[in-house]
Amino acid sequence: MDTRRLFSGNSLLAELRPGPLVALVFLLAYPVFASDFFIFQIGAYSLLLGTIALSLMMLAGYGGMVSLAQLTVAGFAGYLVAILGDNSVGVMGLGWPWWLTVPAAILAAALFSVFIGAISVRTEGIYTIMITLAIAVAFFYFVRQNYVIFNGFTGFAGVEPPTVFGLYWRDPAPFYYLTLAVSGGFFLAVLYASRSTFGLSLQAIRDNPRRMRALGYDVTLHRIAAYFLAGLIAGTAGVLMVWFNGRISPGSVGIDVAIDILVIAVVGGMRHPIGPFIGAIAFVLLENFAIDLIDRERFNTVIGLAFLLVVLFSPDGLLGIWGRLRERLRLGRSARQVARRERGGERQPAGSLEQT
Amino acid sequence: MRQFLERHTFWAITILLAAAILLWMIFAVWPEWLVSAIGRKKTFVNTLLNGITLGGLYFLVASGFTLVFGLMRNVNLAHGSLYLLGAYIGYEVAEASGSWFLGLAVAFLAIAASGVLMQVLIFRRMEGEDLRQTLVTIAISIIAADLMLAIWTGTTYQFSPPEWLFGATTLPVVSVIRASGDPVFIKYPIYRLAVLGVAVAVGIGLWLFLNRTKIGMMIRAGVNDRQMLAASGVNVQLLFALVFAIGAGLAGFAGVIGGTALSIAPGEDIRYLLASLIVVIVGGLGSVTGAAIGALLIGLAEQFGLAYFPTYGVVLTFLIMVVVLAVRPQGLMGQS
Repeated sequence: MDTRRLFSGNSLLAELRPGPLVALVFLLAYPVFASDFFIFQIGAYSLLLGTIALSLMMLAGYGGMVSLAQLTVAGFAGYLVAILGDNSVGVMGLGWPWWLTVPAAILAAALFSVFIGAISVRTEGIYTIMITLAIAVAFFYFVRQNYVIFNGFTGFAGVEPPTVFGLYWRDPAPFYYLTLAVSGGFFLAVLYASRSTFGLSLQAIRDNPRRMRALGYDVTLHRIAAYFLAGLIAGTAGVLMVWFNGRISPGSVGIDVAIDILVIAVVGGMRHPIGPFIGAIAFVLLENFAIDLIDRERFNTVIGLAFLLVVLFSPDGLLGIWGRLRERLRLGRSARQVARRERGGERQPAGSLEQT
Repeated sequence: MRQFLERHTFWAITILLAAAILLWMIFAVWPEWLVSAIGRKKTFVNTLLNGITLGGLYFLVASGFTLVFGLMRNVNLAHGSLYLLGAYIGYEVAEASGSWFLGLAVAFLAIAASGVLMQVLIFRRMEGEDLRQTLVTIAISIIAADLMLAIWTGTTYQFSPPEWLFGATTLPVVSVIRASGDPVFIKYPIYRLAVLGVAVAVGIGLWLFLNRTKIGMMIRAGVNDRQMLAASGVNVQLLFALVFAIGAGLAGFAGVIGGTALSIAPGEDIRYLLASLIVVIVGGLGSVTGAAIGALLIGLAEQFGLAYFPTYGVVLTFLIMVVVLAVRPQGLMGQS
């Protein structure tokens, strides 16, 4: 039972093990026993935030590009849904049908992501975080000041998901399954992409761009392509986000929310696509139930402290803590086996964020 | 200067022409067609001065940011929080003691001390791990913003600077000539001119410190090659702590200066963080001269954007950043 087998190899189906199966059954059966609040505000919202964080995890974990503008991309898609579709504010709202609005918004968001990528990939590492942060803040101020297109400070309200197949998609259970399908699909897609030729070359570029350039790979193109894919993920999540909230305003794309996404991805762990979802669940549970422990107003302090502790003591997040815990448990049970494996050199040295 | 003239004759002529036109626009009385084209001269001159003074303020904030990065490769995203904390501390001290200057001094020292604490307690533990340090600074800024909101609430605070800095002065610039033949001079707040003066003084001071003292020499050597500097017997940790103190202290100092010019409120930390980020991206990370040029550019762009096309002002700032990144990814004065 080598845990690493889940993380490498080629086939997804052949490796279905009890853990993921139980998780899948739980996720599918969740609406049966949970209350509406838990389905919608906890379940769907966690999946939603997890998907946005997944797009960041993909860029940062595989590409080594920590982008703080992923929420901006999602927000852009959300704004486009309100602008191209219907809203109740009376500004813009071109009234396109949903099957046109949604693909247009997602595609535009992906192109916006490519634009952000094109600006930031020419510089490396630490600069990326600065430039994407600057873009995120600039977008926030822009939508807040622009009343003609983005309706300024108020933003848009009354953005409704369509009624398709006789189902109103903002009802808790349908919305939950929609979010689950989208996030599950992207989760598997990212997992698959990470093992594809493209994913492997992206990871190689993360580890050593100069060598990859010397080998004849177009480093810039790979990075921009990664931004495009991340933009598709973030854009789709953005459409769900605006349906979830029913409204979008500059506050939805504010810098504090963008940093929340980073916190979710880092706290969850950036080494495997499941990390952002774990982080999102932890974040949403904390957000909803920290009131019982501390003052609601001081939620950000708690989040900041959790983030600080994770960065200080476990750079690979909750996933890393879980992995170490598991190692230790197994060490107690069959120390000899582990020792033998270590001698065999099968274990990889634990990489972390510093690789980037 | 002469070398520059010979090497870049075209640019030299362009710059000279631009400077001449600018001077003419400031001092001459505008003819009718110019007024109808871009509005009243008073607006233009005021916007220009506002932009330059805002640039001075941005320089005060961004120079600390760029200094810390240059030596330690530490992108301190809590720099905006240090600015705001400095403003609050300065306000409290100034209110309690009645002396604005005491507030300024205490803000500088207190923020410098917290900078040293950050360096010694946190960043020293993760030397060379750029990204982790940056994430830590983000965590600190989240916590700091929330705690400051808890202590000082969402109220807007306003400093009261000393009397002689209050009010407006008449500049030797004529805006229009009245029908009666009397010239109308432009007035401008003294405090803003003082901000500009302080920024220039700090800039010159930093330049002298970096280029004319032994410690400055060590810092410059450290920017070029940290390991070599440590190998030659310099206590690098002490140097890091000192630079962090200066960088953070400047942010606190700017907090009081900027808080007096405008006001103190939650959210200002993000605003000045954005300003510092764009200024150093445009000017080049680690270069104090670059920070000065970047600050001037961004200050002017922001004010002219605000005065002449209000909704798209942010886009102008942003465009400058994009163009600089496209042409010179390392920034105007940055080393590749």
